[in-house]
Amino acid sequence: MPLNLAPNLSDADDVYADLLAAHEGLSKEQSDALNARLVLILANHIGDRSVLRDALDAARDPGNADV
Amino acid sequence: MNKIFETPLYPYTHHPDQDATPPARRKVVIVGAGPVGLATAIDLARKGVEAVVVDENDKVSFGSRAICFAKRPLEILDRLGCGQPMVDKGVQWNVGKVFFDERKVFEFNLLPEEGHRRPAFINLQQYYFEEFLVERARELEAEGTPIELRGGNKVMEVTQHDDHVTLRIDTPDGPYNLEADWLIACDGAASPLRAMMGLDFVGRVFEDNFLIADVVMEADFPTERWFWFDPPFNRGQSALLHKQPDGVWRIDLQLGWDIDKEEEKKPENVIPRLKEMLGDEVEFELEWVSIYTFQCRRMERFRHGRVIFAGDSAHQVSPFGARGANSGIQDADNLGWKLRLVIEGIAPEALLDSYDTERVQAADENILNSSRSTDFITPKSEISRVFRDAVLDLAEHHDFARPLVNSGRLSVPCVHDGSPLSGADSLPDGPARTRPGAPCPDAPLGDGFLLDHLGDRFVLLTLGAVAPDALSESGVVARRVALDPDAGALAALRDRYLGDAPAAVYLIRPDQHVAARWPAYDEAETRAAIRRAIGLE
Repeated sequence: MPLNLAPNLSDADDVYADLLAAHEGLSKEQSDALNARLVLILANHIGDRSVLRDALDAARDPGNADV
Repeated sequence: MNKIFETPLYPYTHHPDQDATPPARRKVVIVGAGPVGLATAIDLARKGVEAVVVDENDKVSFGSRAICFAKRPLEILDRLGCGQPMVDKGVQWNVGKVFFDERKVFEFNLLPEEGHRRPAFINLQQYYFEEFLVERARELEAEGTPIELRGGNKVMEVTQHDDHVTLRIDTPDGPYNLEADWLIACDGAASPLRAMMGLDFVGRVFEDNFLIADVVMEADFPTERWFWFDPPFNRGQSALLHKQPDGVWRIDLQLGWDIDKEEEKKPENVIPRLKEMLGDEVEFELEWVSIYTFQCRRMERFRHGRVIFAGDSAHQVSPFGARGANSGIQDADNLGWKLRLVIEGIAPEALLDSYDTERVQAADENILNSSRSTDFITPKSEISRVFRDAVLDLAEHHDFARPLVNSGRLSVPCVHDGSPLSGADSLPDGPARTRPGAPCPDAPLGDGFLLDHLGDRFVLLTLGAVAPDALSESGVVARRVALDPDAGALAALRDRYLGDAPAAVYLIRPDQHVAARWPAYDEAETRAAIRRAIGLE
């Protein structure tokens, strides 16, 4: 399955709020650690290196339409 | 103290070659009596090729240095005739523990695949490894095999000619010239020969120092590998504890970059560090201490005319994953049969270029793996440390993160995919692990193990297929080893060599790598595959 960059969250505002809530009260260092753990957990869940590579490209260069 | 590494094993003696005019000519001269030089000499001499090893020293390696020897090199050593004493002496282990800060985050059991004569690897000090090789060389010498060790012989100059190499060698009796049809440089990572020839050695230096200490202690630590990330006794750094024979323990402590090496090596600085790690109550004695930095680099080419580089002189890796000596032994194994065929005039010199292709491929694989381990163990940026710590935190609670923990990946042999010596896979439905280019996996045969039957000449392995007992092509004889895959309990053999195929024929090289395989015997194809495997096509 290719990387999905179309809207895919029916409750986008809630998801965004969950993200912020998870970081509430954390120091910068704790937040960075949380983000790293989150990336690893999601990467494992996706479980497809080519999708992850596309996601990394899209994250590194959001303006590149070739992704 | 009278340790093995303090005893001269091949002391200098005056050789008639030193008085020869014109200089004596030897078939193969090997520079360096380390694991790779000795293995190469034994391999060649057993095949009837004259091999002279010169080394400026006369002792085995000082200190333990390489301590993990993997299955594949042990299988090669079996062919050289010295695998058994190494396995008997070595320590075997299966359990590893990983600690992060003050917690044990997980432990693993290697549970090696069954049906192999040799274990996944053994721990054995390099000095024992070399001693067994020297003993084997002496045994062969006594039997009249053309092998010779010359201690106290230091190469000063090397000159290449079209069909030979001239060496200027210094000795306690003064210098002499010696000619060699072929020269093999096994003179280590700092290779003086490489420097004399002005050849480059490019790669990456890791800005970190590690203290390695061998301590002798009567401790009741289990026979396990313990690895610490950021432990209380070595904050912000890593540590490793590993058992060797004779109650010797290897301890590695990462020290960081800005340190005074001479200061850190002093016992008054080393001992308090170790006490902090082992506990005040543990009695120990320091056998050897060294500080090293990591480098991952290789020569662009391993063959330069009549000079061939093997082992650390050709490629250097960080120690995580034990890929130095292990890959060097495989260099020797790859080179020996090719050089014999070239020297005997059976194969063209171009066959030696396949040594270059295949072992450069292996070196790149080893460098990649060891660089990745090093990047995990010693994070080079803030964000890489954040990810590393995240993996360790998750590994404590979730299985998925454990494969991401990289404290060294076990040394496994390279599959020479795309080798010029093998063609397309004619048994594409066969198991991937035995495709052309792959090293033959061992399998139990009831009365022993498969690899013992393959030996070190070309073999036509037939599984439920007919073929002649021997096939002679272009000066090479492929001898048939016929196995009935339906006989007895040969499930592992079927699994590793047939998969879903009902029958198969394998052409196996002298280094026990698969050259070609087919669903049935075809004489024309087998002949073509032999020619290709010796560089004729």
